[in-house]
Amino acid sequence: MPEQTDAGRLRSVTTLHSRRAATVAAFGAFTATVCLLAPLIGSTPIHLSRVFDRTIPFADNLDAQVFYVARLPRVLAAAVVGSGLAMAGVVFQALLRNPLASPDTLGVSAGATLGALVVITFHLDVSAFGVSSIPVGSFAGAVGALAIVYALSLARQRGTSTTVLLLAGIALSALLAALSRFVQVMGDFTDTFRNLRWMMGSLDVASYKEIAVAVVPVSAALLGIISLTRALDLLSLGADAAESRGVDYKRAERIALVSASLSTGAAVSLGGPVPFVGIIVPHMVRLMVGADHRLVVPSSALFGAAFLIVCDAVARTAFRGVEMPVGTITAILGGPFFLWLLFRRRL
Amino acid sequence: MVLAAAPVLAPLGDRSLSAGATLPSAAEARRIISIIPATTEMLFAMHAGDRLVAVGTYDHFPPEVERLPRVGALLDPDVERIITLRPDLVVLYGTQSDLRSQLDRAGIPYYQYVHRGLPDVAETIRSLGARVGLAREADTLAAGLERQVADVRTRVANRPRPRTLLVFGREPGSLRDIESSGGVGFLHDMLEAAGGSDVFADIKQQSVETSTEMVLARAPEVIIELRYAQGRSRTVDLAAWDALPSVPAVRNHHVYALQGDEFVIPGPRVGVATERLSRTIHPDAW
Repeated sequence: MPEQTDAGRLRSVTTLHSRRAATVAAFGAFTATVCLLAPLIGSTPIHLSRVFDRTIPFADNLDAQVFYVARLPRVLAAAVVGSGLAMAGVVFQALLRNPLASPDTLGVSAGATLGALVVITFHLDVSAFGVSSIPVGSFAGAVGALAIVYALSLARQRGTSTTVLLLAGIALSALLAALSRFVQVMGDFTDTFRNLRWMMGSLDVASYKEIAVAVVPVSAALLGIISLTRALDLLSLGADAAESRGVDYKRAERIALVSASLSTGAAVSLGGPVPFVGIIVPHMVRLMVGADHRLVVPSSALFGAAFLIVCDAVARTAFRGVEMPVGTITAILGGPFFLWLLFRRRL
Repeated sequence: MVLAAAPVLAPLGDRSLSAGATLPSAAEARRIISIIPATTEMLFAMHAGDRLVAVGTYDHFPPEVERLPRVGALLDPDVERIITLRPDLVVLYGTQSDLRSQLDRAGIPYYQYVHRGLPDVAETIRSLGARVGLAREADTLAAGLERQVADVRTRVANRPRPRTLLVFGREPGSLRDIESSGGVGFLHDMLEAAGGSDVFADIKQQSVETSTEMVLARAPEVIIELRYAQGRSRTVDLAAWDALPSVPAVRNHHVYALQGDEFVIPGPRVGVATERLSRTIHPDAW
């Protein structure tokens, strides 16, 4: 095979950079459009001229309240949750080399759920930084599970295989899910009802503080993961392949695991364990842009946000005055779309 | 023992027969297990409390109920314990089909019902009373309840009916996960009897998952939050509603919290609950 010339290599790198920029720009434009349109859709007709009319006092401006109190926080929360879960899904699928891996796989989501259920069932007041108790408890649960995941990643450095890490994660998830059921049994029927509702996922956060608090870990995770995109490509081929190409795979794995877990914890504590996004959005994006993580990571973060915003808009408008839990819509809309992508590619 | 042809009365739900269950005559039901808080209260109120040998996990009223053994609840009935206590009648909820078939196999008679509207409470009291041999006491109790609700209706009959949002669940400290009464069920009926107009009357569900946008759009003139945690105090954080200042109830300071499990248990205390709602919505009428 003839060696590539310097000019050829330069052309190849330039092409990749151009393609990456074009792809991210396309997904970014799509997500931005969705973000701008979604707050205009809802069960109540509003007029933008009134929304931004500062001559009307806010307390008397129904349109502004619908926009700023009800819709905009939901859109932003959906963006953060969708982005965080999709990004985490990409990392877990690459690290564990398993297409079925998701943010739930290593137990962080289950930890966040356990934290929320403990707060709901025992009526704990652990609110902090203006954030109400349930998200705080949920994030604490996620951090607890993250600590265990981190310990697992250290064990991996001593020679634990990916399969063992995967199985350990599944066992941790099962353990935490069992503890969640135990906690549920301790509550009365009203607590059980609230627990079930929380587990369906909800983006009606009605407060910007919760979103702001969740944005910090999700952004940190995004930066951590973006710095590892090349390493993720190689890690998805296996530790040996990564090491042979000069990747410090132990460090890369550790950063990737912690980042993805942090992102999952923040997303679940904000919106509940919204199903489907973390497992399917990365596959949808791969079907659209290929397997290169330099494209898949930013595209999944953007598409995950747009996907959940659209699902939430459907959940709050499609059923004539009654809102559906967003988790039901993610599967109803996402399933056929994913199948369509899959078929289009194969035929 | 007699094999019963029609051992079960189900006044509000399934009226299908339960072949195979043994049934002593109605008056002989002296070892009763009631799993549902509403029926437990009904039995105590018709002076059948001393016939109860066990109750459900969530039964806390009247106070005498605390001395009785527990046999699970709607989702987790302890069948083994129920059978061991040798009841001659088990009062259960209409959706407990597994428990029903287990009782059939064990030859234990049962009485089943389901919660529906406010008028059904009195009907259930009469039917249950007839089943345990206390028809007269039950009729007196039911008539008193009906009279109580009718009195409330009369008091507020000619008054304006404010659009009211009746909330029975919300995440503390925020406006997330709001659960409200919809256009059917005893909560809705109590609210209408109390002189309020349910803002979700058009949504024919017992509970409505309510977003902040729905609250803004429906613009309730009165918001009532029901608190009913047993043995634990819940912080009354009505200030969370201040985030929606255009809502008339918030603007005019008509946001209230009412504490008491009589609001969520469709038993003999629904008359008291209806009156409390009415006193909150129409304080001038009392």
